[in-house]
Amino acid sequence: MLRLTWRNLLARKVRLMMSTLAIVLGIGFLSGVMTFSTGLNATFDNIVEGSTSDAMVRPEGDLQAANAGVSTTQFVTPADVDNLAALPEVEAAVGSVDGIGSFLLGKDDKLVGGQGAPTLAFNYAPVDNMQGDEILVLTEGRWPEKPGEVTLDTSSAERGAYEVGDTVTMIVPTAEPKRDFTLVGTADFNGGGTAGATLVLLDTEEAQEIFLDGEDAFTSVALTGAEGVSQTELADAARAVAPAGFTAVTGDKVVKETQDQIGQFLDVISIFLTTFAVIAIVVGAFIIFNTFSILVSQRVRESALLRALGASKKQVTRSVLVEAFLMALVGSTLGLLLGLGLSRLLAGLFRSFGLDIAGDVLTLTPFTIVAGYVVGVVVTMVAAFVPARRAAKVAPVAAMRDDLEVQEKSMGLRLVLGGVAMVIGTALAVLGLMGAPGTDAIWIGAGAVIWVITTAVLAPVVGHPVLVACRAVFGRLFGTPGLLAGENALRNPRRTGATASALMIGLAVVSAVGVLASSLSATNDKVVDDEFKSDFLVQMPTFQGFPAQFGDQMEAVDGVALVSRQQGTPVTVEVDGKPDQTFLSGVDQGFLDIYDLAMIDGNDQMSGHQAILNEGRADDLGARPGDTIDVAFPGGETIALEVVGVSEETPTTSGITVPLSVLRDAGVKRSDSSLSIMVEDGADRGAVKQDLEDVVKDLPILAVQDKEEFKELISGQVNQLLYVIYGLLALAVVIAVIGIVNTLGLSVLERTREIGLLRAVGLSRRKLRWMITLESVAIALLGAVLGMVVGLVIGVVLRESLKDDLTELALPLNGLGVFFVVAVIFGVLAAIVPAIRASRMKVLDAIATE
Amino acid sequence: MTEQSTGEATQRVAARAQDLTKFYGKGEAEVRALDGVTVDLMTGEFTAIMGPSGSGKSTLMHCLAALDTPTAGEAVVDGTSLSRLKDKDLTTLRREKVGFVFQSFNLVPTLSAEENILLPLSLAGRKPDREWFDQVVDAVGLRPRLGHRPAQMSGGQQQRVACARALVSKPSIVFADEPTGNLDSTSSAEVLSFLRRSVDEFGQTVVMVTHDPVAASYTDRILFLADGKIVDELREPDRDAILDKMASLQDAAIAKVAG
Repeated sequence: MLRLTWRNLLARKVRLMMSTLAIVLGIGFLSGVMTFSTGLNATFDNIVEGSTSDAMVRPEGDLQAANAGVSTTQFVTPADVDNLAALPEVEAAVGSVDGIGSFLLGKDDKLVGGQGAPTLAFNYAPVDNMQGDEILVLTEGRWPEKPGEVTLDTSSAERGAYEVGDTVTMIVPTAEPKRDFTLVGTADFNGGGTAGATLVLLDTEEAQEIFLDGEDAFTSVALTGAEGVSQTELADAARAVAPAGFTAVTGDKVVKETQDQIGQFLDVISIFLTTFAVIAIVVGAFIIFNTFSILVSQRVRESALLRALGASKKQVTRSVLVEAFLMALVGSTLGLLLGLGLSRLLAGLFRSFGLDIAGDVLTLTPFTIVAGYVVGVVVTMVAAFVPARRAAKVAPVAAMRDDLEVQEKSMGLRLVLGGVAMVIGTALAVLGLMGAPGTDAIWIGAGAVIWVITTAVLAPVVGHPVLVACRAVFGRLFGTPGLLAGENALRNPRRTGATASALMIGLAVVSAVGVLASSLSATNDKVVDDEFKSDFLVQMPTFQGFPAQFGDQMEAVDGVALVSRQQGTPVTVEVDGKPDQTFLSGVDQGFLDIYDLAMIDGNDQMSGHQAILNEGRADDLGARPGDTIDVAFPGGETIALEVVGVSEETPTTSGITVPLSVLRDAGVKRSDSSLSIMVEDGADRGAVKQDLEDVVKDLPILAVQDKEEFKELISGQVNQLLYVIYGLLALAVVIAVIGIVNTLGLSVLERTREIGLLRAVGLSRRKLRWMITLESVAIALLGAVLGMVVGLVIGVVLRESLKDDLTELALPLNGLGVFFVVAVIFGVLAAIVPAIRASRMKVLDAIATE
Repeated sequence: MTEQSTGEATQRVAARAQDLTKFYGKGEAEVRALDGVTVDLMTGEFTAIMGPSGSGKSTLMHCLAALDTPTAGEAVVDGTSLSRLKDKDLTTLRREKVGFVFQSFNLVPTLSAEENILLPLSLAGRKPDREWFDQVVDAVGLRPRLGHRPAQMSGGQQQRVACARALVSKPSIVFADEPTGNLDSTSSAEVLSFLRRSVDEFGQTVVMVTHDPVAASYTDRILFLADGKIVDELREPDRDAILDKMASLQDAAIAKVAG
């Protein structure tokens, strides 16, 4: 039997190649995603571990506050550093100076690094990491030695088109933001690369001038332990002499905190990508199932002969399954190789978003290899199982008969089961909407999966009207070839349905995502319409702070009535006895005048150490007007604030809103994170805008936006994400198209004699190609229509569950039109090869085929 | 069948084979399916081509019907030489000038009987001549079956649908390849009677490949082929004469092998 299986594989290699391709792509995507995720984690682990010293002295509070890089007025003095260095446990203590608000401009005057990874600017001082290696390694030139010199990371220097010796332009958070430096060298983290972050290494004196207003002090201290001193001993000793507001933590703790923080972000990426890999594999499974179904039905006579010659049912089943197994092995092997390539492609994609992943961490791990083979083999075998069983059910007598149709069960059972499943899926979704325990999305997601699968199972039945409509339309538009194409699509509903289902899955996800995206855009537009109350808004694209002098200059612009200043900072409050990170906005009176907060309780008149809470935060804190809350600012200062009012939640305020003076009192360095500008009545808005833009011409990334521009910015971001999702789904659609190619190819082969007859009675080659193309289009349209309907339902239900955030429901009608056209195009593309093959058949050979 | 009615037609040539030669394979494996066949097939005549298996009778028909291209020589249908035609023109010629009836798998399974009959016309984008369509349908006796699909009809009915399809476009010549090969004797008689009537009543030209003497006895003229050559011809044959001829051809073949 094994030899026969082998012969079968060889005899049908072209047909099997196509379904192997489905496995190759599915496994390729999966292993590519796994390899990429592993590489992503490795990149960050290497950097984090390679750039952390044995211990560090840093402001009190946890990592987020320390890392938020909010400049504080609390410093470590050189004397403090000397004290630390004098400890017997300490081998070296190195003061560092860092701060936010620095940006590197490329030679083209555009921001290097874009809006993804951050720019880390600090003073260069040699520090050892936990392994005893230097944290930073030079790749070219030297370190900065005096003000006016800078060393950049290798990749940023390249992206900015700078060579060592060039003059480099940077934006720094000082009164005169644009500053030129001489590039004296390039360097990287010891762990390799920077994962896209821009490193700006300055001379200590200059860093102090920029970030600490010239004070001879430091923002943190990196410690290296003496021989034989553990990290804990080192940190304990350092904590004892750390200045007020500072604490010492072990390197291990810093690494863990950083990894946890990055890990959440990395997990999101990895889950996101894996979702698409799973979709691709499911689509692939449909195609494998379909291919084997067709192959088995074409091989009925052979199976019957085997049975007549004494092969048991089990042997026939096994011969098909072994065939599937061999195919899965080949497909998974090729898929793993493809995955390696794909992971580099993904790395390239992320690099363009500013997340650099070194190629040498992208290798196939044993786990990925095992997972690739297991998934490939299991999915293929499961998909081939039903057809294999059907092959074994052929009665031996069929070998002697002429009619070779496999008797298929009626659709009745399918309808009943499908109907029941549909009800269950709907029930789950309704439960989700009605607030069953757990996350709504999980209930609805489970319902959605059932809907999709059920639609696939019911496609032969529910797709009938679509195909009948195709037949009618094609018949009218294209005459007899169109009619024949419609009939051909209808003649084997299972085959057409299963082929279309592969495409249906992809389009269902595309449509559901489309509903969410267009609802998000509509919601954003509405929110902007409601909340964008000023004439202009000035913000960094990164929402980071920018120097206050811009606001000062804007106040002086002709035609400007009011410039409201807002400064945000992360703070810590206590909720239920536990510290809770939140965001606080410092605002001026102008802000309250412009935005006129809708108060639920109390009033919005605040001064001194008073605060307005939004509803959610007030509930968390259990605070009412008159109560006092303790807020810990970065840098360690804690201020008691009296609550004067509770407002509705709006996008313009954070949980806690205070007068700007509170931030000053807390020692938070003054900067602005947002300016809201009102124009005088009768002023020329265009001219005012031009003048405002002139103010920020030295900081070109600081955008002055009116309402429409702001809307476009937001919808641009939504669309960017949408396109990434569509890009990832494209693979599933490509696999589905391969499925159409496969089915059509097999159908053409099966209908050789019929095609010969049609050619004999006068069907021209061109019309024959039309006939096959239209059948393909009919299948594609069926997939598209079913997918869109299911996707729309899922999207609308998901939106309903998210209606607190997505207040508007919008259907992506234009998008659906595009998908429809794309489906037709894919249908045409899928038919190219089968149509050419069919039209090349010689009329006589076709007729003579037995 | 004894009554003949070829007399009144001014005998034109419906199809002509001129020194038609067809080789398959190369070198040692070369097979001469046709070896210089020259013959005229006249309009309004029912011609049978007979011969043992491998004598080249199907090849001759395929070459004349523009289904196959000869290695040498010329095939002419209704005054058009096929050798210079491109595939597109051959397709048109098959659609307009030639009708086909095959041994089996004659109909498109997804189309009804009526749609199958009208297929050549609808492929050409031509309006059917309703009167003629009715006449043909009544002649084959299929009116009650017009809406049925092939799977719902018997073999004889399917074959009669195929005959109706061959006639509906009023072709210059109808080629039938063993049209009764898969039929029982009653159904065979129905199909053959219809072909005979189409010649007698509609003046149709029919060429039929067969190895069945009974089927051949319905025709006006029989061409006997052996080893790719026309070796004999019978006019207004009766069954005994056919059997004699076939027996003598068989003897000749045996003698050749023995000698």
